[in-house]
Amino acid sequence: MEKFERLISTAIPLPTENVDTDQIIPARFLKATDKKGFGDNVFKDWRYHKDGSINKTFVLNNSKYTGSILVAGNNFGCGSSREHAAWALAGYGFKVIISSFFADIFKGNALNNGILPVQVSEDCLKTLLQLITKKPDTKIDIDLQNQVLQIVGNVIVEKFEIDTYKKVCLINGYDDIDYLLSKKDKIIAYEQEQQF
Amino acid sequence: MAKTLFDKVWDKHVVDTITDGPQIIYIDKHLIHEVTSPQAFNELAERSIPIFRPQQIVATADHNTPTVDQHLPVKDALSRNQLKQLTENCQKNDIELYGLGHEYNGIVHVIGPELGITQPGMTIVCGDSHTSTHGAFGTIAFGIGTSQVAQVFASQCLLMNKPKKLRVNVNGKLKKGVLPKDVILYIIAKLGTNSGTGYFCEYAGNVFEEMSMEGRMTVCNMSIEMGARGGMIAPDETTFEYIKNRKFAPKGDDFEKKVAYWKTLKTDEKATFDLEYSFDAEDIEPMITYGTNPGMGIKISEAIPSLDDASFEKSLAYMNFQKGERLLNKPINYVFIGSCTNSRIEDFRVAANYIKGKQKAPNVNAWFVPGSQQVAKQIKEEGLDVIFTDAGFKLRQPGCSACLAMNDDKIPEGEYCVSTSNRNFEGRQGQGARTILASPLVAASTAVAGKIINILEETSTLELV
Repeated sequence: MEKFERLISTAIPLPTENVDTDQIIPARFLKATDKKGFGDNVFKDWRYHKDGSINKTFVLNNSKYTGSILVAGNNFGCGSSREHAAWALAGYGFKVIISSFFADIFKGNALNNGILPVQVSEDCLKTLLQLITKKPDTKIDIDLQNQVLQIVGNVIVEKFEIDTYKKVCLINGYDDIDYLLSKKDKIIAYEQEQQF
Repeated sequence: MAKTLFDKVWDKHVVDTITDGPQIIYIDKHLIHEVTSPQAFNELAERSIPIFRPQQIVATADHNTPTVDQHLPVKDALSRNQLKQLTENCQKNDIELYGLGHEYNGIVHVIGPELGITQPGMTIVCGDSHTSTHGAFGTIAFGIGTSQVAQVFASQCLLMNKPKKLRVNVNGKLKKGVLPKDVILYIIAKLGTNSGTGYFCEYAGNVFEEMSMEGRMTVCNMSIEMGARGGMIAPDETTFEYIKNRKFAPKGDDFEKKVAYWKTLKTDEKATFDLEYSFDAEDIEPMITYGTNPGMGIKISEAIPSLDDASFEKSLAYMNFQKGERLLNKPINYVFIGSCTNSRIEDFRVAANYIKGKQKAPNVNAWFVPGSQQVAKQIKEEGLDVIFTDAGFKLRQPGCSACLAMNDDKIPEGEYCVSTSNRNFEGRQGQGARTILASPLVAASTAVAGKIINILEETSTLELV
């Protein structure tokens, strides 16, 4: 897994709430057997009309907004467990998603793919959305080591929470398989204990 | 210390605890299907890691399969390849596969319980968020991503932080015509789509105690639609009776020993929850959704609420509904009875009971899709297929079908579909399709009337439900 320590980037605002994984990657694109190419289809039905023409009103098609941070409305990633949603966001180039609330399975999938979900307060999210919508060149500094979100050249600073174990994994690029395999003896001992 | 049902099952599966971190949780059964497993198999192959406990894995093909002509080669090349990979991966790794056409094939959350694979006190995972279904048996069952599928392949374990505990109580007497689907749609409408995030939910109260296993599965299935990773109902005589004599259920003395243990799996009286809600059964009516998440639900006779909120308005615009509008008498051209939520024998009995002696409305295209080969077989044995055929309906072959429309079962753009599935997200049933979630009874009545009707007013037919 790719390491993540710090990212300074402009951001893309997507204020819609309850963005579900069917929007992030529609089911008809789940037929692949590898992890490649999902980025091309991220938010497909919001980016394109059914006839294939570009939906100019959707934020990803607005050239004013660029960057590898997505700032999204409350309850981002709800719905299906499809990790394809995380592969699609990563494939498109997102490294950080900021929201006031993340769905459980999506959050885990993001972390397992080197995407950092940063959960902030409702107020902070509102401020960020307003700020980047008005000033698209606003840069956000995400410092995982210190668990701090900062607007470059602005007073806004917000601490964010992350599981200590997951933080170590992200900073070092470890994944859970390595860790679980190192505990094989304990797992086998558990199995034997359960038989009696 | 007093423990909840969830605590009892969770604590029994803790292999180890990382300081300031997650716990290693042992997984008893791992269910897999064609869509979320190939990348996990690849991951292990690339890292030369063997599958640790292949005997604890069961595979089925369901998400991406056609519901007609299953004996013929699958037309879509990508789908065909995905199914081929599943077959090859299972063969290579000595994993039991109930592929297309197999007598045990069907939707993963239908076949697990009906084959007796799902048992109380187990931990069960699957790369599918509706794995919560199995919680109906007093099982800790939850959906996982593909990275986690690979972790379970490699170690039969997962790294998890113990979720918080939520209990939803529903007591009282349900009105006639109110089905388990209405109960869960009501709960989600009251609590919202993210109310359960970070929690594992226990459903308690006489309403759940009196429900059949099929009904309990419908309820637990939709736990994820309020954000909860899983839902559970304490096992009781109804549970034991359901499991007894099923294919993979313990037999004879083993069964009796298991039942003795299963009886201990209930929340202690003094145990506490982080969050608790209670509802009156009498307040629940047949439910429908009007928006693009399962929390946007109303009683069938109610009007759509008027909220001043951009996401709410976006949702209504997608559905082409107005604030304050009532959906009764809304013409509906598509009806889907199926999915891991409502495709079990009881669901088709409800539909058949209503449909008997009536005719399908001429404007309606109805897809009735049994959850498994076993359900399809039972439908025939009980003669329900004749009722459907006489009324102008046709049964399809088992699979996830129009619930997520990965196969050809897509609702056309702009059309409404009254659906017994679990998600009404934008485009879920096909690009531009508009989903209205409902019970099998409401779906059947829509298919007959060609429009949404108030089933509570049809007293003569309600005696049958």
